[in-house]
Amino acid sequence: MRRGSLKWPVFVGCVLPVLWLIGRGITGDLGANPIEEITHETGIWTFRFLLGTLAITPLCALTAWSRLMSVRRMVGLFAFFYACLHFSTYLVLDWFFDFEAIIDDVVNRRYITAGFIGFAMLIPLALTSTHAMLRRLGSRRWQQLHRLVYVSAIAGAAHFLWQEKADLQRPGIYIGCLALLLGIRVWQRARSRWRTRVSG
Amino acid sequence: MLIQNPPDIASSEITDEHAYLNRRQFVRGVTGTALGVVAAGLVPGTVAEAGDVGQQEIQNVKPGPFRTDEPQNSFEDITSYNNYYEFGLDKRDPSRNAHTLTTSPWTIQVDGHVAKPADYHIEDLLKGIAFEERVYRLRCVEAWSMVVPWVGFPLSTLIKRFGPTSGAKYVEFTTVLRPSEMPGVRRPVLDWPYVEGLRMDEAMHPLTILAVGLYGKTLLNQNGAPVRLVVPWKYGFKSVKSIVRMRFTSEQPRTAWNKATPNEYGFYANVNPTVDHPRWSQRSERRIGRFFRQATLMFNGYDDQVASLYNGMDLRRFY
Ligand code: HEM
Repeated sequence: MRRGSLKWPVFVGCVLPVLWLIGRGITGDLGANPIEEITHETGIWTFRFLLGTLAITPLCALTAWSRLMSVRRMVGLFAFFYACLHFSTYLVLDWFFDFEAIIDDVVNRRYITAGFIGFAMLIPLALTSTHAMLRRLGSRRWQQLHRLVYVSAIAGAAHFLWQEKADLQRPGIYIGCLALLLGIRVWQRARSRWRTRVSG
Repeated sequence: MLIQNPPDIASSEITDEHAYLNRRQFVRGVTGTALGVVAAGLVPGTVAEAGDVGQQEIQNVKPGPFRTDEPQNSFEDITSYNNYYEFGLDKRDPSRNAHTLTTSPWTIQVDGHVAKPADYHIEDLLKGIAFEERVYRLRCVEAWSMVVPWVGFPLSTLIKRFGPTSGAKYVEFTTVLRPSEMPGVRRPVLDWPYVEGLRMDEAMHPLTILAVGLYGKTLLNQNGAPVRLVVPWKYGFKSVKSIVRMRFTSEQPRTAWNKATPNEYGFYANVNPTVDHPRWSQRSERRIGRFFRQATLMFNGYDDQVASLYNGMDLRRFY
């Protein structure tokens, strides 16, 4: 990596939440129901990293800070990393491989169905995140495939909203951020389409 | 015998300055009503840790019936993992915020279909009450559970004193609502104040108690001080905390969670592993402090005592 590269500081920033969680675990600071706490922490960090990934492109476009683009893949992979932790918490700590109960959950509870879709959509993106895969797929197809990140984020938002019992303010704020990030894209597309029509 | 003089205080029980400072808040609240408190048999005991601010030993607690032998959850767990939305939505919020609630003086308004409606001082209500330790399972609708050694007495004891008339078919309970002391009520998460209710036969059932303490000491605010309901065969949200009103009604009370989300929280809310919450299964639960989930029992394991209350009722419909 180049000197002055953003990658190291961003990498460190991305592992801090999980280190913090481990630290809280070791010092017994996860409360009376640690499994619930880990589920919630890994869930919210998955969502935050998805937001972070989606924020990079518009930030580069709106500001002169194009260097950010160099960390987009890493931040996206960290979203997947936290999603894996979140899902493993559910699979191992919460249900301990009770597949009967898990299948019942995935089929019958819409918030779990949505979460599951959100997680599943991230898997092909992680698998094709390398340069080699980009070359193999070709940039166009690769880009089309990677639009799945929108599906994942929207499914994650539905999951977040539906798992909430009473207080819709917290998911509301997060989902508002997501709506803004998606709205920027819709707006840019509409604008560029309009421009091409005008100039063409 | 509840009206008694405080026992002589052994020098070993005299608390040091540090503990005293932490107790100041409690002492301030209590000194004014010290006589009343003593009359209620709640004699100040020693404070073991700073965290126990305001707790007093309850004298003459007899072991009560329906005791479970399962391992009891720690005092720490019971007092730091609470749903009491008036003090915040996170499970740890009540233990952080509830100390602001003034629980003395305390009156309970009794009205509706009763012979003796009045605003009762808690000291008067507790006079002559024989406290029992009831070790009960507590099953939260969120699929976790605990075992709690409550100190309390059958609700029926009080209800008989109030003299419900023939119009009384239900009892409605209301939790205190004091915005200046309850940060969580600033937002309309629920339609405050928190209201719960029981059918009369449920309220009179010997398992149903009013609790004033746990682990032999008076309740901390996060657990519903100074007095709360405990209905062990129903999901925890039925067991309302910090009760300020008991209204005897002829109509089924409109309860807080039922108003908020009627398809998820019914009036009955009996623990039932065969009726799932729309968003999660109720077949199993996590006992706080254990790793593996365990099967949830019908009526939380109290079916021998309460199943007959619901004979012929479709528990799928009346969830
Ligand atoms: C893109 C994928 C996902 C995202 C963004 C996501 C995000 C979240 C968020 C933000 C929360 C709330 C955390 C809080 O309140 O602090 C949550 C809770 C939860 N998630 Fe996920 N999640 C995802 C996938 C999944 C999957 C695949 C499962 C399991 C199959 C799952 C199971 C849960 C559970 C059990 C909860 C706790 C619900 C409760 O306490 O009632 N999530 N998730």
